[in-house]
Amino acid sequence: MRMTLPIFLQNLANGILLGGLYALIAIGYSMVYGILRLINFAHGDVFMMGTYFAFYGVTLFLLPWWLAFVVAIIGAGILGFLIDRIAYKPLRNAPRISSLITAIGMSIFLESLAVVIFGGIPKSFAPPRIYPKFFSKMLQIGSVRVQILTFFILGITALLIIFLIWFVYKTKIGMAMRAISTDIATTALMGVNVDLVIGITFAIGSALAGAGGILWAMKYPNVNPYMGFMPGLKAFIAAVIGGIGSIQGAMLGGFLLGMIEIMLVAFLPRFAGYRDIFAFIILIIILMYKPSGILGAKLEEKV
Amino acid sequence: MITVLYRKLPTRMKVFLTIIFVLFMILMLFLAQKKLDTYWIRILTLIGIYGIMAVSLTFINGITGIFSLGHSGFIAIGAYTSALLTMSIQQKQMSFFLKPLIWPLNSIQLDFLSATIIAGVMAAILAYLIGYPSLRLTGDYLAITTLGFSEIVRILILNMISVTNGPLGLKGLEEYTNIWWPWGWLLVTVLVIGSLVSSSYGRALKAIREDPIAAKAMGINVTKHQLTAFVVGAFFAGISGSLYAHWLTTIDPRPQTVGILLTFNILIMIVLGGLGSITGALFGAAIFAILSEWLRIVETPFKLFGIQIPAISGMRLLVLSTIFIIVMLTWRRGIMGRSELTWDSIYNFFLRLRRKQ
Repeated sequence: MRMTLPIFLQNLANGILLGGLYALIAIGYSMVYGILRLINFAHGDVFMMGTYFAFYGVTLFLLPWWLAFVVAIIGAGILGFLIDRIAYKPLRNAPRISSLITAIGMSIFLESLAVVIFGGIPKSFAPPRIYPKFFSKMLQIGSVRVQILTFFILGITALLIIFLIWFVYKTKIGMAMRAISTDIATTALMGVNVDLVIGITFAIGSALAGAGGILWAMKYPNVNPYMGFMPGLKAFIAAVIGGIGSIQGAMLGGFLLGMIEIMLVAFLPRFAGYRDIFAFIILIIILMYKPSGILGAKLEEKV
Repeated sequence: MITVLYRKLPTRMKVFLTIIFVLFMILMLFLAQKKLDTYWIRILTLIGIYGIMAVSLTFINGITGIFSLGHSGFIAIGAYTSALLTMSIQQKQMSFFLKPLIWPLNSIQLDFLSATIIAGVMAAILAYLIGYPSLRLTGDYLAITTLGFSEIVRILILNMISVTNGPLGLKGLEEYTNIWWPWGWLLVTVLVIGSLVSSSYGRALKAIREDPIAAKAMGINVTKHQLTAFVVGAFFAGISGSLYAHWLTTIDPRPQTVGILLTFNILIMIVLGGLGSITGALFGAAIFAILSEWLRIVETPFKLFGIQIPAISGMRLLVLSTIFIIVMLTWRRGIMGRSELTWDSIYNFFLRLRRKQ
């Protein structure tokens, strides 16, 4: 297949879309890592749970689709808060590796919980059953055909990111979050309720993952208990590429990774099956040569 | 002031006791094979295989402190290598109908022992290639990178159809893994890793686990030690993979078979046994094998307090992961913590008992 301009633009649109989704999930990883230095393995599974909440909100509770989505996002946020309270809070003073192991356990727990409650058979998240058919209409812009869904996803992603940046940089809780990521003990001495702020961080990160999950399912309408694994890992990689701990970095990393993946498959279709490998190779290269990522602060190992 | 006496047995005595113990185990296994039904023999075999997996992972994770999540990748390499070497040529022609198997593999057939050793060597080579670049990382970055590597291995297996038969996997392997192979290899594993741990080399590894920078300052070549431990652990993971494949008699690239879920299962074993203890890993493997077999009940219809509960698939993993989280939250030490059950510790335990009386 020859790479013509329209095909290139088409892939560009796809890359931006995938990148936006990665960015949404990556932000949650990055926020938690920035504060606790913990890779929240369960993040990808909160993403999956959020999608299931939306699915059952529409099909079982017969909510209007937009209300179901909002409820699901809030549900994912609450789930994130609970995960922190139950699994991570008791281990705050334990060696860091213990929290990591628990996080892996939590991830498997959520996956198997989803298999037990929702069943292992994939569910279809397609219009018109879940959301109006309007979104899957094609829009002709010049020689490129783009789904309305693309604009919707990008719009929502942009809105959420703007909200988040406002929240972290302009509110008191946001200030507390930034303070905790610098020095948790001192922040506690300043009279900040550290546990509450960490809980809120988890809730916000998880709500974003839930939103990401729903948007992901609109684009790739296959909901199953393991759907969060790969996007979760990729989003983590995106967060590392951009510089983990930084919101702007997570965004940048997300868009970069999405774009690279789509473009590599577009230019080298023979290697489409190896698509998931690219991300890991990029991760390894970044970790070896610039472990702090593109925008991350340099971390020195303390003796 | 209380003086705690810790007496050591003479080395000769310990060697003698070990030989007695091994002979006793051989006798027990022999009796088990004679008296027990196939179901229990299968579980005993599985305990042997899980034992090798758990001991090799605890050597990497618990003793050296390289938090690797890539164990399933090494097991997968071992499983595929040995399966491709032991399958008969006709069987290969029958299985590879998507694409024919590439040249040297399609015309050789080896015996189980050499295939298993080659499987271990392949896993060790892979570990060297992976470890060389990635052991410069530490902690969670290393964890995610090794997880990434094991996922890469799985995706390669899925896509390299002319070598691995892709998503169909390899079926109809000869059931070579009887009760003796895994337990024999387990003995080798424990002897090799056990003597490594109790040598000056093992003390260096533990120093690295506690503080890599301090270890470096003491003149230990951190990367070289870690790399060696990683390669040795991977070798035995490859061996266990070979045994595992010929126990299942089929191998495929699903996450349940050779993916993250397998690594998770081994992680449960070593956390349960105590991260950093070889004997603990063995206990963990035995408990896990029996528990996970026993938990098959919850996936069939059963009665609980007089209420009929229908079969729920996935329930087993839910129970296991719940146990795992509870262990991590309330009992992080596990069964053995970081201590070992040795002849010395048993001897001192009885001495203390006598002193109390």
